[in-house]
Amino acid sequence: MLAVLLILFPLFCSFILFISKGNAGRTIALAATVIEFVLGLAAFYLFKQNPDSSLLSYNCVWVESLNIHFAIEINALSLLMALLTTFLLPLIILTTFNKSENHPSSFYALILMMQMALIGVFTANDGFLFYVFWELALIPIYFICLLWGSNNRGVITFKFFVYTLIGSLFMLIGLIYLYNHTNVEGHKSWAILDLYSAGHALTATQQGAVFWLIFIAFAIKMPVFPFHTWQPDTYVVAPTQGTMLLSGIMLKMGTFGVIKWLLPVVPLGLQEWGGTAITLSVVGIIYASIIAISQKDYKRLIAYSSIAHVGLISAGILSANQQGIQGGLMQMLAHGVNVVGLFFIADILMRHTGTREIDKLGGIRSMNGNFAVLFLIIVLGAVALPLTNGFVGEFLLINGVYQYSATMAAFAGLTIILGAVYMLRSYQNIMLGDKKDSSLAFGPLHTNDKIVLVIICVAIVAFGVYPKPLNDIAEQGTRSIIALMK
Amino acid sequence: MIKLAALVPLFPLIGFLINGFFGKKISKGLSGTIACISILASFVVSLLIFMELNHADNKSQIVDVFSWINSATLQIPFQFLIDPLSTWFLLIITGIGFLIHVYSTGYMQEDEGYSRFFTYLNLFVFFMILLVIGNNYMITFIGWEGVGLCSYLLIGFWYKNTAYNNAAKKAFIMNRIGDLGFLLGIILIFVTFGSVTYTDIFVKAGTVSTSTITTIAMLLFIGAMGKSAQLPLYTWLPDAMAGPTPVSALIHAATMVTAGIFMVVRSNVFYSISDVASETVAIVGVTTALFAATIGLFQNDIKKILAYSTVSQLGLMFLGLGVGAYSSAVFHVTTHAFFKALLFLGAGSVIHAMGGEQDIRKMGGLKDKIKITFITMLIGTIAISGLPPFSGFFSKDEILAHTYEHSKVLWLLGMITSMLTAFYMFRLLFLTFYGKFRGTQNQEHHLHESPASMTIPLVVLAALAVVGGALGLPEFWGMENWMSHQLEPIILRPNFSTLHHETEWMLMGLAVAGALAIIYFTYLLFMKNGFRPVDREDQLKPWQKVIYNKYYVDEIYDALFRKPIDFLSGAFHKFLDIQFIDAIVNGIGKSVTVIGNTVRLLQNGSIGFYLVGMVMGVVLIILLTFLVK
Repeated sequence: MLAVLLILFPLFCSFILFISKGNAGRTIALAATVIEFVLGLAAFYLFKQNPDSSLLSYNCVWVESLNIHFAIEINALSLLMALLTTFLLPLIILTTFNKSENHPSSFYALILMMQMALIGVFTANDGFLFYVFWELALIPIYFICLLWGSNNRGVITFKFFVYTLIGSLFMLIGLIYLYNHTNVEGHKSWAILDLYSAGHALTATQQGAVFWLIFIAFAIKMPVFPFHTWQPDTYVVAPTQGTMLLSGIMLKMGTFGVIKWLLPVVPLGLQEWGGTAITLSVVGIIYASIIAISQKDYKRLIAYSSIAHVGLISAGILSANQQGIQGGLMQMLAHGVNVVGLFFIADILMRHTGTREIDKLGGIRSMNGNFAVLFLIIVLGAVALPLTNGFVGEFLLINGVYQYSATMAAFAGLTIILGAVYMLRSYQNIMLGDKKDSSLAFGPLHTNDKIVLVIICVAIVAFGVYPKPLNDIAEQGTRSIIALMK
Repeated sequence: MIKLAALVPLFPLIGFLINGFFGKKISKGLSGTIACISILASFVVSLLIFMELNHADNKSQIVDVFSWINSATLQIPFQFLIDPLSTWFLLIITGIGFLIHVYSTGYMQEDEGYSRFFTYLNLFVFFMILLVIGNNYMITFIGWEGVGLCSYLLIGFWYKNTAYNNAAKKAFIMNRIGDLGFLLGIILIFVTFGSVTYTDIFVKAGTVSTSTITTIAMLLFIGAMGKSAQLPLYTWLPDAMAGPTPVSALIHAATMVTAGIFMVVRSNVFYSISDVASETVAIVGVTTALFAATIGLFQNDIKKILAYSTVSQLGLMFLGLGVGAYSSAVFHVTTHAFFKALLFLGAGSVIHAMGGEQDIRKMGGLKDKIKITFITMLIGTIAISGLPPFSGFFSKDEILAHTYEHSKVLWLLGMITSMLTAFYMFRLLFLTFYGKFRGTQNQEHHLHESPASMTIPLVVLAALAVVGGALGLPEFWGMENWMSHQLEPIILRPNFSTLHHETEWMLMGLAVAGALAIIYFTYLLFMKNGFRPVDREDQLKPWQKVIYNKYYVDEIYDALFRKPIDFLSGAFHKFLDIQFIDAIVNGIGKSVTVIGNTVRLLQNGSIGFYLVGMVMGVVLIILLTFLVK
């Protein structure tokens, strides 16, 4: 039941917000997401006590004729993603406290609806249900970007919507194809385990086709090179909270999808085409890192850096060994926290100085030393310095890719160097050196902003120094997936 | 005390946290005192551990701290290894570190970032301790990148200066290039042995193919090249002199840059197995030593000279490692830590006296004005030049003797390096302290000896630089080489000299005679003939100009790497990304729209048009049916 509650509670709060008026919205939203986080922690506690607890899963018939079930389960994989989602949402809500949005209640309602759909995507154990949540997640973010975004958002948001929708349709075809091959005592089934066995029974050629049908959807979502061109524009025009949702959580739908809905489905397809997909991912790491170096808008720089980071996650996961997948999970958590931090930094810069142009900024450190320290900690997390949260994941990922191919790992590892180049270069240009006109107005941070940054920094250091609790779950989840691939 | 080894890194960590969180609220005096005491406490514990270990039978003791990554497939405990190598490095780090902290309380007195400076410095010592005390490559790597971060923070300490910030960034990125090699090495070790714990893997090294071991050793060495500033990754170290001088002494001379040496000694099992890797280490080492020494000949910035000297001396240490003289290299690390820290702190004292001036062309005649600094620097200069009985003489001689056994060519190159060292160091000494004062009147008026907090560390280091040689007296003198016996337990193949005593005497005699000749030549040149470096670059001969400009290596790297990457960045973004990939995406989108618009015309609402269409369709189906048949 806890699993159902995790999905229904945000939905319920979302409805309340839609009908509520005035400024109460942000308080309700914050309270709702904090409670949801507590529910997430409760799930974590329950899972630690007894992973098979009946509270953690739920299954009932939804559409009998097509044998569709409302089947959800919190297992090791979905628990990690649920923790990430429920941890980030209150922070994302808090970042809105210092600006006034139009129609705030609807804005928060959409964010909560998004949360419902995300948790649904991560917990669904039924192929059709998974697809429904997958598409459901697209609707609120589309409106968030369309209604609260900046200039030129119409065309860009529309492109994002259509692009990801087309990807999803390919996935739907793939899923239906699998569904048609299921046979449980004469019936067809959407249940994940049945889809797995249907996939395993396919010939290598069929598996290859299904691999691409499904992978395309995930590749667009992450995005993996060369399916990434919607991403920088969308990230830049979306409102800060939209960008945070997209990069912090939504792109993990893609990487999570690969782990749960691709690797165990078509092992032969992976064998045939995994190498190609890994190559694309690794090309993306280097390509996006190099582009990030010359970006002038800090938000766009982070957008490209995110392509690079997710490329490494994708490569590691697709190498389909223990280290690669486990590292992918760890890095999904770390990247979620760090990228939200970085986009928040971009937002703060914009609010205080009126610009995100790196060349126009400078010398902010002299104006606000505390901000400089917090910013630096997030940067260090992003470049995966040991004892920050980014390191364990990155080490495991490169390790995983190495076991697939040493050459590939050497290329993937270039992210260590290139990441330091664009991160330190931009940090230096924005924060260090002499003060510039734009930075003179950079006063003290608002309390809410400070709280968000401090929480993010504490998370970066805490899970870098002591990654064990999350790493244990990631290992468990990975082992179950690897067992299913056989 | 060994069980309490966690205290060694803990004290600096506490110091870091106190200064980091409350540094701005407490007085400078308290801030500096906390920083110094935390390092002193760490030193005392290290000393106790060192003594306990010396009396213990088990020379390799493991201390568990906590479980960092502990899963079925990957186990990396936060675990310390107390053995002769780690304890010796702990003593160097905390001992020299303490002296430099004390010195800094004087040197940084006027700086507004006083507590921030000590925050970084404490953090540095913490990471450096982790680097040497860990029982697996991962903890070493944590320390390794951690000291890199502190180095970045301290080089760019005066963050308003863009040149300093650039130097800091360059140091971090150059180090990361090496770190990638190191990380891949660690991964290969993990893939090969299923563990990265020292005490697990070294015993198994013999069971693995030599080619794998060679790859591991080479990858690790790439890391060492970055951290210990060897060709081709050395260019960050001279630029790192942008940091405050105590930082140059502690991080960029005495401790951090010797991390590469430490790591290779720690991994000596691999290098003993792989001749290819050892040979590479020796060749890279001696080439760097010679290369950097030649650059040192023409520099005029007192810290730059010392920086190139550091690069060169590190090269000599790698030469020692490459020929299998591990304990000699550690011995040289030790004596070098004494005399190079001394020289840097001395230089700091000179710069302090000169009101920030670093150009030796504008100094001169300082020996009577700042006597303690002069005498201690004289000691340091003699020590580094290799005159007996000062410490540098013994350690360098040991390395060269082992090199001679290995290869006479390498030995000759080492000898030349060592003679060049004597030249540029005495050039520095003569130009700075002798002759007439060449600075401004204002500077001359302000010349003063530094406060006791700065001169006392100088005196202590000078004493160590004099007597430090006692740690490794030559065996052919009939004495005991304490250092080589101390390190015996951790070295797979201890290297005992097989040379005849006559040969050893000859080598030693040659080294001393060479050094003396060079010093006399330097004396004639700069003292007797009053030779002065030219004021302007265009007065140099072409070949001198090339060396003066450090062989244009920075410019070459810029042209080879930085500029092409910047160019690619723009090109990828503008052409490949926007005008090609995205254009295709948009093209597909548009073509769908176009097709849609065309097809839409068919649905024009005219019943007649639909009927015509229907009839034509039926006809087409019938025709096709017949055709197929």
